[in-house]
Formats: sequence, C-alpha cells, structure tokens
Amino acid sequence: MAKSIDISDVNIYYGDFLAVQGVNMTVKARQVTAFIGPSGCGKSTVLRTLNRMHEVIPGARVEGKVVVDGQSLYDPSVDPVAVRRQIGMVFQRPNPFPTMSIYDNVLAGNKLNAKKMKKDEADSIVEKSLKGANLWNEVKDRLAKPGMGLSGGQQQRLCIARAIAVEPQVLLMDEPCSALDPISTSAIEDLIHELKSDYTIVIVTHNMQQAARVSDETGFFNLKATGEPGQLVEFNSTTKMFSNPDEPATEAYISGRFG
Amino acid sequence: MSTTETERTPPREPEAPRGVSRRGDTIFAGLAKGSGLFIMLALAGVALFLVLQSLPAIGASGENAYGADNIVLYIWPLLFGTVLAAIIALVIATPLAIGVALVISVYAPRRIARLLGYLIDLLAAVPSVVYGLWGRETLQSWVFPIYQWLADNLGWIPLFAGPVTTGRTILTAGIVLAVMALPIITALCREVFAQTPTMHKEAALALGATRWEMIKMAVFPYSRSGVTSAILLGLGRALGETMAVALVLSASGVITINLISSQNPSTIAASIALNYANASGIKTNVLIAGGLVLFVVTFAVNFLGRWLAARGQAKG
Repeated sequence: MAKSIDISDVNIYYGDFLAVQGVNMTVKARQVTAFIGPSGCGKSTVLRTLNRMHEVIPGARVEGKVVVDGQSLYDPSVDPVAVRRQIGMVFQRPNPFPTMSIYDNVLAGNKLNAKKMKKDEADSIVEKSLKGANLWNEVKDRLAKPGMGLSGGQQQRLCIARAIAVEPQVLLMDEPCSALDPISTSAIEDLIHELKSDYTIVIVTHNMQQAARVSDETGFFNLKATGEPGQLVEFNSTTKMFSNPDEPATEAYISGRFG
Repeated sequence: MSTTETERTPPREPEAPRGVSRRGDTIFAGLAKGSGLFIMLALAGVALFLVLQSLPAIGASGENAYGADNIVLYIWPLLFGTVLAAIIALVIATPLAIGVALVISVYAPRRIARLLGYLIDLLAAVPSVVYGLWGRETLQSWVFPIYQWLADNLGWIPLFAGPVTTGRTILTAGIVLAVMALPIITALCREVFAQTPTMHKEAALALGATRWEMIKMAVFPYSRSGVTSAILLGLGRALGETMAVALVLSASGVITINLISSQNPSTIAASIALNYANASGIKTNVLIAGGLVLFVVTFAVNFLGRWLAARGQAKG
C-alpha cells in the first residue's frame, strides 16, 4: 500500500505571493524522506501540498504536478477529501480531538468512511493502531478516558495511531517532535523506523540530527534570497547530504555556518 | 445578564509590594471597584423597588387584578405566554442562527461572509417598534394562509387546533421574536465558531473529513458551551421584549398551547406596556408584581446560561 510521490515543477502560492518555486523531486516508497531548512523557506508548505491541505488556507493554490502512484493529485476530477484519506498527516502540535476518548480518537478517521463497524472489528483496529504507534501498553487500561489527559508525547503517538488507523499510503509529519521532550522524541523516532516498513514517510524537521537519524533521503530548502520564494536547493541520500553534499549552500547550513 | 457578570468580576487588587503605591493603580482600582459596586447597587435598587411596589398587590383581586381572583391567577397566564412566545422564538431562531453562523464562519467566501454578517447585524439595529408594526401589518397576512393550511391538515396536533381567524397569534409573535433574537445568537455563534483552534479543524480535515464532518468533529464539540450561552442570551431578549409582542399579539389572556387560534395568552411585558398608562392604585402594583416575576425569570435564565457555559468549559 505504500506509494511513491513524484513532484514536478511545483510552484506554491498564497494569494499572489509565490512562496515556493520550481520543486522537483521523487519521494520513494517505504523510505523516510526528510525536509530540512531554515524557518520560512517553505518546507511545511511543500509538505502540505502533498495531501492538499495547503488549499485549506484561503487564497492558497498550487501549480505543477504531484503524482502519487500514477494519479495526479491536482487533477480537476480528484476530490481533495479522497486524497486526504489516502495520505495521512501528523502535525507539529499534538491535536487529539479534545472531547473524544482515546478509543474514539483512534477511530475518528475510520468513522468518517461511514461504514458501520462491528464492535470487535473496531476494537481490533484500535488495538492494532495503538500497537503500531507504540502506545498500546500505556493506554490499554484507559481507552475510555479523554485523549487530552495523556502527556504531550503520548498525545502525539495517539495522533500517529489515528493517522495509521485508516491505513494510508503515505504518512506526512510536520515537525512531529518539535513540541516534545527528548525522551518522547526518541520514542517517536523509533516509531518512524518501524513504520517505514509499511508506509512512505515524509517528515519536516528543524533538527538536523533528527533528519540524519531517521531519514533515508533528505531535501534541503532555502530562500533564493531575502524576499524571494523558497526553493529546493538539494535533494540527495541522507548519508551523502550529511557527509559530502553537492551544493556548498547545503554544506554551509548543515555544518552550522549559516541559518 | 450584567448581574451575574458583576458577581464574577469584583476587581481584585494587584499584588503590589507592600508600601509601594502608584497613583495610576490606585485610581484605576478605585474606578473599577466603584463601577462594580455601582452596578450591584443599581441592581439591588431595582429589585428592592419591584419587591416593595409588589407587596400591596398580594391581596388584590377582582377588578384590581384585571378580573382575576388573585394575583397568582393574574400573573400565571402571562408568565405562560411569555415563556411560550420565547420558546417558539428560540425553536425557530436557534437552527437558523447556527446555520447562518456556519455559513459565515466556514462556508462562504470571505467577501460574501462579511456582507452577510453586516446584514444580520443590521437586523439588531431595527427598533423593536418597527418589528411590531411589520408583524402586525405584513407578516400576519403572509402567515394567515399557512395557519389555515396547518389547521386544515395538521389540526389533530393540539398546537395547530385552530380555528384560524387571524394571523396575529402567539406563533406570529414568536416568529417576530425569532427575527429579533437572530442577530445576537448569530453574532455570538459566529465568534465561537471562528475561535475553534485551527489545529483541531486541520486534524479533522487531514483525516479526510468533508467540511460538514469537520464541523461535527471539531467545531461543534469545541463551541457547545458558547452556543448554549448564545441561545440563553437570545432567550433573555425574547423574554423581555415588549413592543413587538404588544403590537402583534391579539391577546385574550388564556392558557393554551394552541398556537394559531385567536385566543392567545399575552406576555408579562406586553401586558404591562398596554395597561400601565391607564392603571392607578392597586392596579399599578399588580402590574409591577408582573414585572418582578419577569425579573426573576430572566435572572434565572441568565444564571442557568452562565452555569451551563461554565460547566461546558470545565469539560473542555
């Protein structure tokens, strides 16, 4: 079920403002791809075009092609709602639904698909997803409690469980650890390694060590110049990016001489 | 509504280090304390006036109590009419207001949403006398054929028993009140809906929720307590409204749930407005006793609203 994503000549706008220009890359299936770069260079913006969450913001639009497994996401016949059901997303701040229990939070996406689920079927989805998110042992005795009662790291893993409960083709993560402490971060990173065998994962991160630890390939984004749109500077295997990058700009950013 | 507000916000003194007093702080604290106290005193004064003036009415009967045997029998039908009209108004206004607020805050493109918002706010600027005249002259002739149809086809429901001889019924008054309560409910709902955190809305959308599903998953649970307050504030407006009801309703002071006959219960506020100019002696006290009852009911509704809202927030 994991799919690859081809991005070609993508320009992303907020109203008349061109935020990101000319992105070309291929995100491979069953690999972790990391986006790094300074704040405001468009990494999250690019990530959000991959499941059409970008256009939720009024005036935002995308030019170019994003193709998942031969299907162009921005084809006029494609329903953005259907895209988002195939491509899950985890956000910067954990966002479980505050009024729902842990159990209902995990099933939130499945319930949208409107199928009537049997109780045991629902139970097994919840167990499988929570196990997949390494949260099962911590919450199995309190599934009926509200999701907001968990710690930040647990909430984020609950959100991951919610995202994988619908078995998406791709999992997008927008700085999933930036609001978490180091121990929770390490738990999420371990989880990313495990999820890789089933899902294509794209992760935006500010933490370069994290990118080096979890990803197979890395894209470095930067602004062309102050006031100019963001662009993809270099896209290479993570090992190469962190040892011997092609672009001097990447080298400068990674070694901390800039940004 | 300001009553419960004042109880909740007695100005708290800033924890300045002892011995240090700044003139600005002192003046502001005094001003805030003074205003809080003033509102409390004004409220207490109103309550005191109502109680004292109502006392002589306790023994009133017959002619003095507008034909009722005692004061309770006089006020009870009016209270019934007041609550009935307000409930009709809310039953109509609430779904409409929530719908309009959703259109404005979620569905409509920004420019149209803003225009619609202005239009709804304008409804609040129309004087209630104008609503009364509109209900009496225009609305009643529109709804008259509808009432006839209701009586003919749904007459077996006690609400629509008829017979229909006029459009100026309690249902018409309820509709007018609904239009008047609409702006405040819409405005508050709109604010609450717009405050739903983006992260919850995006959580729903990213799972593949349609806009309506997003509203159900993220917006409604978040705004439940705010919407409750909005409805109860609308109820407060509908309960106390005077002129519109006085003009629209052809009242005869009965207690009935038949919404479309010519025999309609009146409301407390309308009855005071219609009778006070000609009242003298004990009759004045009887009318003021009605006012006291309305005061207590409105107070209770607002109190309930605040309580529900606070409880909803605690659940969060």
